[in-house]
Amino acid sequence: MAVKQYKLKIKRFDPERNAHSRWEEFSLSMKPSHRLLDALAKIKDEIDGSLTYRRSCAHGVCGSCAMKINGKNGLACQSLFKDMPEFIVIEPLHGFPVVKDLVVDIKPFLEKNEEILPFLINNTPPPERERKQTPQEQNKILQAITCIMCGSCTSACPSYQRNNSYLGPSALVKAARFIFDSRDSAEEERLDKVTQSNGLWMCHSIYNCVEVCPKNVDIPAHIIKLKQLAVKRKILKQK
Amino acid sequence: MTYNFDTIIIGSGLAGLRAAIEASKQGSVAVLTKLYPTRSHSTAAQGGISGALGNEEPDSPMWHFYDTVKGSDFLGDQDAIEVMCNDAIRTIIELEHLGVPFSRTTEGKIAQRRFGGHTRDFGAAPVQRACFCADRTGHVILFALFEQSQTQGVKFFPEFHVLDIPIIDGKCMGVIAMEIQTGDIHVFNAKTTLVASGGYGRVFKTTSNAIASTGDCLSILFNAGVPLEDMEFFQFHPTGLYGLGILVTEGARGEGGVLINGKGERFMEKYAPTIKDLAPRDMVSRSIMTEIKEGRGVDGKDYVHLDLRGIGRKTIEERLPEIASFCRIYIGIDPVEAPIPVLPTAHYAMGGIPTDVNGRVLHNEKGTAVEGLFAAGECACVSVHGANRLGCNSLLDTVVFGRRAGMEINLANKNIKTGRIHSEVVEKVLKKLKQLLEKTEGTQRAGELRDKLQTLMMNHCSVFRNKDDLNRIPNQLDKIKEQLKDVNIKDKGKKFNTELLEVIELRHLVNLAEAISSSALNRTESRGAHSREDFPGRNDTEWMKHTFALKKDSNIEFRYKPVTVTKFQPEDRKY
Repeated sequence: MAVKQYKLKIKRFDPERNAHSRWEEFSLSMKPSHRLLDALAKIKDEIDGSLTYRRSCAHGVCGSCAMKINGKNGLACQSLFKDMPEFIVIEPLHGFPVVKDLVVDIKPFLEKNEEILPFLINNTPPPERERKQTPQEQNKILQAITCIMCGSCTSACPSYQRNNSYLGPSALVKAARFIFDSRDSAEEERLDKVTQSNGLWMCHSIYNCVEVCPKNVDIPAHIIKLKQLAVKRKILKQK
Repeated sequence: MTYNFDTIIIGSGLAGLRAAIEASKQGSVAVLTKLYPTRSHSTAAQGGISGALGNEEPDSPMWHFYDTVKGSDFLGDQDAIEVMCNDAIRTIIELEHLGVPFSRTTEGKIAQRRFGGHTRDFGAAPVQRACFCADRTGHVILFALFEQSQTQGVKFFPEFHVLDIPIIDGKCMGVIAMEIQTGDIHVFNAKTTLVASGGYGRVFKTTSNAIASTGDCLSILFNAGVPLEDMEFFQFHPTGLYGLGILVTEGARGEGGVLINGKGERFMEKYAPTIKDLAPRDMVSRSIMTEIKEGRGVDGKDYVHLDLRGIGRKTIEERLPEIASFCRIYIGIDPVEAPIPVLPTAHYAMGGIPTDVNGRVLHNEKGTAVEGLFAAGECACVSVHGANRLGCNSLLDTVVFGRRAGMEINLANKNIKTGRIHSEVVEKVLKKLKQLLEKTEGTQRAGELRDKLQTLMMNHCSVFRNKDDLNRIPNQLDKIKEQLKDVNIKDKGKKFNTELLEVIELRHLVNLAEAISSSALNRTESRGAHSREDFPGRNDTEWMKHTFALKKDSNIEFRYKPVTVTKFQPEDRKY
């Protein structure tokens, strides 16, 4: 297919050379089937080796190359030129400290997960064979387990941007992944965590998260189910 | 900084994490990864993990054992294969208990599906042996192992790039690594070091492997005098998305998908009459290339079709959602309605760092181990995959031998002193980095050289090989090595200098390309994934042995280790 000219405007930041970020434009000819990640690699290989970004799998399963593309978070490896305008603005994910160019510090984001006990807890002695789980039971977590922790959702969340003590959509989906797993027995402890002041109730159903999720996880639906569960528990306790 | 740990694990894929869970029961463990743990390439494994659970139909570890031996084209060591297949059921049940959300049968048991080369009754018909979670099996196992390892106090060092693994007087001392975010160099002294750094598919132009799969640690050890075993055996997965190399799981054929040539024929019936499209990967890849070479590619082009239209939307959405999404995103095709254009893609290294069944790294073909050094997973060669790995056996390999390495490490830690990496060794590493960074002239571009290397290996050392092609490689590699000296790194900074790291990775790739191509030239027979047009037959009289490639100055020397045969004598490999 025919190549076309594109202009990429990239937000650059090199803490060793300048305390402030700057914009730089690159003109490239790309095929419609090319990924935005291919363009970044082309710039790095052919124009400016210092352009810095994360990448690994290049097909949307590792979550390394999340960035803001024309105002919307997404994976560079999952953004094809056939779907993009001729002028493309690329920035690092908002809401996280910028390390260099398109690389942000994701530690604060990953630490949110640790708060919700992100591992299966089942204190009954394991049976000789697998713990049974019907397909219907498993359906409840099938979306949540696809999360690749790219950070797109949390970065796009206005509640998180305003107050970064908020657990954020990604950690809440992780909580749902375990709370709704029929094999997990720590629902109470997890609900205690997600109903604290930095948890569930900071979600105001703005839906930015679901718009940017590269794995199409219906994040608000998971958060709403958690809210319903939390309310139900509270009412039961009051009775 | 200088750290002291009982055990350092390099790599946070399935092998590294399973070993970390084991070793952290008794000692202090640090896991280093150049990515973040959940971004390791294990996450891209799609189709499943094999084990004769018999949840869907009768199965037995003995049949699994036989299939793996036959799949390996009789080069796999049978003692090791038996260990793996006998441990498969326990391994999968354990993973389930750790939280892996395997897909289920209606009665709630772990579901199983067919996969290439896995049969019942010693080859009679395909069997449902692959345990899976839709087509995200690697992803869910990786997450479960990462999550559990966090509960055990494993210390993670994400985005640490390993620069050296010093071996002094036959003892591995630990690791020297760069913290990518700061550019600082750290020293990790350890009693034991486990290399679980994954594959090196980026040697080839078309690959399913991640950009990070550059085999750094194999290359470091190769330079340090550790042999590399069976490097000529590199698996090309039959179904990579055309033009991209992105993996389309064999599970697609396990669920009923078929390969179709340009004439609309199911050509695998010709090549493997009994199990057809579920033949082992080496055979299917050769069959595809033969169809194309003989003019039966689709529209006369260099691809064939993988047709999933017979499977139906429901099964595709439930059991193959990820590959369906890849097709829609990357080539604009809905596999429910249209066939998928595919071509073999460089996928898996059977060869690697030689180990025994407990993960101890062998210093020579006689079985002497390097003190304190272990390897597991794709970077290692036990050898359970021999000349060709069966689908789903890689995940099993990583978890079984990761755990065994962890157990052996616990024993070893009782008798080994913590290594001490002396400052002279660190100085040497720093000096090399400085030389790379301070160079201000140079006309070569690393990207261009990487492209040259990958194209060279793809054209001359992929599915089919011959003497003339292989003989072209050494000169070209020498040239690339020379040109690599003339690369000028523009980014002179310390922090997150990926330009520098990419040059270092490229050097490793070139080093491994030498090991692969010279081992391929040296083996004058065709076996498994190593197919020599000039030596078309398998030669059991001369070649029932593993290649040990050793770096001596600038040359590569070959030694050999006989294949361990216990139960199954080599036979004609027909399917």
